[in-house]
This record gives sequence, C-alpha cells and structure tokens, in this order.
Amino acid sequence: MFELIVYGIVLGSIIALGAIGLTMVYRIVGFANFAHGEFMTAGAYVALFIVSILLPWIGFPDSRFVPLSFGWRMVIAFPITMGAVALLAILADKILYKKLRTKKSGAVILAMSSLGASFIIRMTILIIWGSDYIFYRPGLMRPALHLPLGIKIRPDQIFIFCAAIFLVILLHLFLKRTKMGKAMRATADNTDLALVTGIDTERIISWTWAIGGGLAAAGGVLYGIDVQLHPGMGWNFLIPIFAATILGSIGNIYGALIGGFVIGIAQQVSTAFLAPTYKLAVAFMIMIIILLVRPQGIFGKE
Amino acid sequence: MTILKVENVSAGYVPESNILHNLSLEVNEGEIVSVIGPNGAGKSTLLKTIFGLLKPREGKIFLRDEDISGLKPFKIAQKGVSYVPQVNNVFPSLTIQENLEMGAFIREDDYTDTMEEVFTLFPVLKERRNNKAGQLSGGQRQMVAMGRALMLKPKVLLLDEPSAGLAPIFVSSIFEKIIEINATGVSMIIVEQNAKEALKMSHRGYVLATGQNVLDDKSDALLANEEVGRLYLGG
Repeated sequence: MFELIVYGIVLGSIIALGAIGLTMVYRIVGFANFAHGEFMTAGAYVALFIVSILLPWIGFPDSRFVPLSFGWRMVIAFPITMGAVALLAILADKILYKKLRTKKSGAVILAMSSLGASFIIRMTILIIWGSDYIFYRPGLMRPALHLPLGIKIRPDQIFIFCAAIFLVILLHLFLKRTKMGKAMRATADNTDLALVTGIDTERIISWTWAIGGGLAAAGGVLYGIDVQLHPGMGWNFLIPIFAATILGSIGNIYGALIGGFVIGIAQQVSTAFLAPTYKLAVAFMIMIIILLVRPQGIFGKE
Repeated sequence: MTILKVENVSAGYVPESNILHNLSLEVNEGEIVSVIGPNGAGKSTLLKTIFGLLKPREGKIFLRDEDISGLKPFKIAQKGVSYVPQVNNVFPSLTIQENLEMGAFIREDDYTDTMEEVFTLFPVLKERRNNKAGQLSGGQRQMVAMGRALMLKPKVLLLDEPSAGLAPIFVSSIFEKIIEINATGVSMIIVEQNAKEALKMSHRGYVLATGQNVLDDKSDALLANEEVGRLYLGG
C-alpha cells in the first residue's frame, strides 16, 4: 500500500507537469487545449530522437549515471526537448489558435480545433516511429532500492519526482520574481487591464504556450524514463491531467500540482483493488465526482 | 496651450452604429476637464477612444501636435497618456506593489522614485504594499488604480468615474487626491456621474448627450447654468 502511494506520487508529478500547462493555457488563452497530452508525447519522442539518433550521430559518448538508467545524453536532450516542444506550442498557437482568436471564435471552436491538432501530432509521431512500445535504453535491468515499510523504488523514480518539483519551483520563482512572470499573472487576472497597462498580451500568450509546452514535454520524457514510449501515451494522460486541473480549480497552478498528486495516487492505489486497465476510469470517475460535488475545484471560490 | 485635442470624432462598437457623433474636446496644459452627461451619453466611450481601445471612424485625436488617433493603447501609454477604467481596475491576485510595478511595465528606466511619489500621495498603500489588491476596500482599490496609472508619469490622466461605488467619505478623499495629482502638473479628463462635485474641482466642463457635445464652458458657468442644473446636476 505504501509502495502504491509512492508510485502514485511519481505518477502524480508527471500528471502535474501536464496539468500545470493545461491550467495556465486555460486561464490566459481561455480554452481547454485537448492537444496538451500530445505535447507530452512529442516531448518523449523528440528526446528519443536526440538520445538515440542525433547524439550518437555526432559521436557523443554513451554514459550512464549508475544507478539511474540514463546518462549525459539524456541530460543534454532534456532541456533541448523542452525548448523544442515550447516552440511547437508557440507554432501551433501562431498558425492555428491565434487566427481563431482574432476572429473571436468561441471556446468550443478553439477546443475542437485543438482536438484536431492533437490528432495531427499523434499521427505524425505514429508515421515516423510506428506504434511499438519503445524504451530509451532497451534491455536494461532496472535495480530497485529497498526503503523502509517494504517500499521498493527505482532510483529513476526518485529522480522523476525531484525533477518535477525542481521545474515547479523554477516556475514559481519565474512568476513571483521576474517582470515577465508578474505580467503573466496580471494578464491571467485581467486581460483588458493588462492591455490598458501597456502589457503586450500576445507576447504573454506566447510565453504561456512556451511554458505549457515545455512542462508537458518534461512530463513526457519523465514518463518515458519511468515506463516506456508509445504514440498514444499523451492521449492516455489527457483524462488524468484534465481531472487534476479541475480538481485543483481551473486556472490555479498550485491546485494543478496538488490535483496531479491526488489523481496519481488514486490511480496507483486503485490497482490494489482493480485491474490496472481501469486506471483511466478512476481518473475519470474522480473528475465526474468533482464536477458534481464541487465544480469549482478544491481551491475555487463559490 | 492645448495638450490633448479631440477633433470631430465618431466612434462605436458595432459596425455602422456610432456612439460618439462628431465630438470635439480640448484639454489645456494643467487643466482638469470634466465630462458630464446622462447614462449612455458616450462618456466612457470617449475615454476608450482617446486611449486607443476603440478606433475613431472619423476625426482625429492629437496629443500636443502629434496625431495619436488609431494607435494601440500601449503606444498611447508610452506617449504619456494613462487611463483608469471604471471597474476591474486592479489586478486582484497581485500585491499592491506588484500592481504598481505593472503600471511601470513599459518603462525601461528605474522607477523606484515614482513608486515613492505614489506612496507619498497614498500612504496607506505603502503600509499595505504586500497585501493583495483583491483584499482592499473600494476606496483603496481606486487608489491602487490611480497609483498604477501614475507610475508612467503621464502628462494626461483619463479617469472613468473615480467615485463610482465609493462610500461618501471616500468620494471626497479621492477628489482631494485628484486635485493633488493635478497640482503636480498632470492634466486630466474626468468622467463623472457625480457631476456637481466633479465640476467644482475642475477648470472646465463638457456636457454630452447621445454622443454629441451639448455645451462646454468654464465649470463655474456650467454650475450656474440653470438648464444644466435642471437636466444634469439634479436641480
């Protein structure tokens, strides 16, 4: 049981990375981005490309930080991947969402077009890499640490949790300390007043996409390190990240973080009673219950 | 000398339906100008049009001798015009200090002096600088909103209903602050429901009805004008 909770926290930190971006985009750009899961998938596969093709091609040595399952190649690939998916998110905004925004299309139109974008990204990945499950490093034994309370955990999983928390702290400092971060919060508060104050809100929107895409990419790479890669992985994350976002009150990034952990733990603990196939159904059930009981989420006001 | 000039401006939100019709107005350097008139006369629309939130369909707006009609709001802000909207005029989840910092967003230079000036004008904001603006009373919010606008060191300040929704004791203190701000050389246009009070503190006034100029004169003259008194000042 304790072990399942620990695994839930690991899964929850990945869900949180997706949910934070989703909630920020919802708050500032104003619609539910159904392509957000695909930013996670895109991240996982961009990192795969860098780790298994690009870096070997330029002759970058393979290494491994024992007992972790990855080495310098992944350390280099990680930030590059975040940057690449951040650009992908900005690009999706510029060629698709911005046009709809300037036409003052409704939130439903934007959400549906994001559903289309999600298919395009997923199918592109499917065409390039195929539908097999892939590991960053195939055939590797994954040693487990034995912790008290009978918890077995892989060093990779500890790394995943730490990396996610590190990124959240970075985001927190960005929002609280930097001029652009404060302007982003101001825009989230009141877009019209931000415009009156002289804040270029289109630039803020680009930053929001970049951060959302970058964090989602990080989540996708971390999931790839923990489990494996598959073109449908991000799509399968969509319900958990929506559940986490709604649970933590839409628009609240700290709520999304907490929501991510709650959903992650609930999903893992449920495997003690239900077949693991029902994990998604668990997230979906929680989402429905919140929507019925407290639609504004745990941090929302009446 | 004229600092802001609105020349025969027509504007509106919906295509082919104008709220402002051929409207003209002038603000001289150092003046407080009140714009009064019934609901729906286009008073707020006039401020939005000056600030570039709405494009004039006809006519021109000049700041000194420069044509600013149709420029984007942040461009107009850079040229020295600040605007305080009537409602939702603070960032509620940001602290008072962060609200003021946002006011200086487009300034590249050091603005600590300006922030001190704002704190001198509104000492209560300094005490509560780390409180969220959303927790403040209506009067204090109005101070934050005005402080935010002053962070740009504007030449012209556009105030939309600064007394709206405030308790009577706050109304007079906000009006006192407006006079203090004006004394530092900031010209102003004030749109007010509270027409009598607004005219008392301003140099000149414009009476609008259905988006057109009805009358403009020195404030004293408007206050003394029987018809204005009967129609717009409540007897």
